[in-house]
Amino acid sequence: MTHRGKSGHVGSMLSMAEILCVLYMRVLRVNPKRPKWDGRDRFVLSKGHGGCAVYAVLGELGFFPKSWFNGYYRDKGKLMGHISHHVPGVEFSTGSLGHGLPVAVGMALAARHTGKTHRIICLMSDGDCDEGSTWEAILFAAQHKLDNLTVIVDYNKVQALGMSKDVLDLEPLTRKLEDCHWAAKEVDGHDVVAVDDALHTLPFEQGKPSWLICHTVKGKGVSWMENTVSCHYGSVTDEQLAKALREVAR
Amino acid sequence: MRTLFNKVLVDIAKKDKRIWMILADIGYGEIEPFRDAFPDRWFNCGVAEQNMTGVACGVAMEGNIAITYSIANFPTLRCLEQIRNDVCYHNANVKIVIIGGGLAYGPLGVSHQATEDIAIMRALPNMVVFCPCDFAEAEAGVHAMIAHNGPFYYRCGYKKEPPVHAGKIALKLGKAIQVRDGADATIFFTGTIGNQVLPAADALAKRGIRCRIVSLHTVKPIDRKAIVKAARETGAIVTVEEHQLQGGMGSAVAEVLCDEGAMPKKFLRIGLPDLYVSKVGTHEWLLNEYGLSTPKITASIRKLLQ
Repeated sequence: MTHRGKSGHVGSMLSMAEILCVLYMRVLRVNPKRPKWDGRDRFVLSKGHGGCAVYAVLGELGFFPKSWFNGYYRDKGKLMGHISHHVPGVEFSTGSLGHGLPVAVGMALAARHTGKTHRIICLMSDGDCDEGSTWEAILFAAQHKLDNLTVIVDYNKVQALGMSKDVLDLEPLTRKLEDCHWAAKEVDGHDVVAVDDALHTLPFEQGKPSWLICHTVKGKGVSWMENTVSCHYGSVTDEQLAKALREVAR
Repeated sequence: MRTLFNKVLVDIAKKDKRIWMILADIGYGEIEPFRDAFPDRWFNCGVAEQNMTGVACGVAMEGNIAITYSIANFPTLRCLEQIRNDVCYHNANVKIVIIGGGLAYGPLGVSHQATEDIAIMRALPNMVVFCPCDFAEAEAGVHAMIAHNGPFYYRCGYKKEPPVHAGKIALKLGKAIQVRDGADATIFFTGTIGNQVLPAADALAKRGIRCRIVSLHTVKPIDRKAIVKAARETGAIVTVEEHQLQGGMGSAVAEVLCDEGAMPKKFLRIGLPDLYVSKVGTHEWLLNEYGLSTPKITASIRKLLQ
């Protein structure tokens, strides 16, 4: 899709591929035939620039015809670059960082108020964690003990203009969240068993929101993309696509 | 007006369990009745307007009506992107209520003076922009706001504004209310500045200038028919708003007149000039300094119609 549409953000999509697979295959209660089913788990992708990866999963699951893939990022297409709620199965549109968590917090408050048991899961990026609105929501979620809320951080440690530690160091991230009264865990975000195990112990602690740091590699699986800033923006040429597919297949 | 707003809201919320209040540590002395009556639907986010708006949106996405409420620019400009991307784009049922539009907070200064809000809010797709002028419009407006499904901006007055309408009103969103008729000009106003406009019209009447007075309580969607009709029937259009001239209600009226080819013979927008208020004084004193008091409005309209 990104090759046909000549879109960027490929590295951001590859870093969360395993997380999305575990979520949609093993964790989220969703129904492709009833995308608005009230009992569904709410999944908010706050790093909306990775929306194409979610579209891929939703298309495979049958939320919409896979023929839509051809129109991603292209004229007359149905799949816009940043994730859109006009696509069946997408809970919320994002694209500007720092928006997902406050909205997920509101969804969690509303669910608890009515005694509903669905979970609210928000997937964020390093860049999301730079935003003040994210930290406003972190404080609020802990204040109100929202243990039906889970944040997963696709912690690939690269952002738009450089390595996260050089731009705005988030460390020690786990300790920061624990100090903010969240229950935090860390796993290898490319180890599907580890991610699956962690997400099957939710909430990590009763009375606290859960924060799962997934240590990932930006551009994972494609040697010339891994841990590079350039894969945040660059689109993929014909030659690069062929090479990348060979590498990923291994 | 803010006291009335909160009272009416509590009354409605007793019957409508969908109504939540999401605050950002503002509303002392006014919001306590809602908090005490519905503690499970009342949340104070602390001084965090972006989160307030995002949380309100999330609450609304689950089938509720979420009201954010704060002073002047705090629940609008501070969190404008949350209003645009989260609330308006998703057409979420969030109501943004500000207390003290225009220069109402007088000596507190520029941070507390909402002088660009109408222009900015009316630029957002899906948003309704509502500015009540007195208690009658304010009360009816709360009911209309709750009945409307979608984003809503409510510019609430700060104090005991005197009545503009003599009796009961039938308020309908997007439908202007004629306060009195006149053949020489039409004065459109929005919001509590109506208090200054009515006595100005009285002063003009004593000099033989009879003005039609119309409350444009809903700036968006705007009452196009009332504007065109006024231009054709009275020939002169004056707009008065406690807001900067760029992009406000007067601009919206001018857009309609041009779009509809209903150019009046005379046209005047009265509002704040393109500056931040640097003078210090009470609300009333500032209105006079910036051309929005009754005598200044009267003089401006006399000059136009000479």
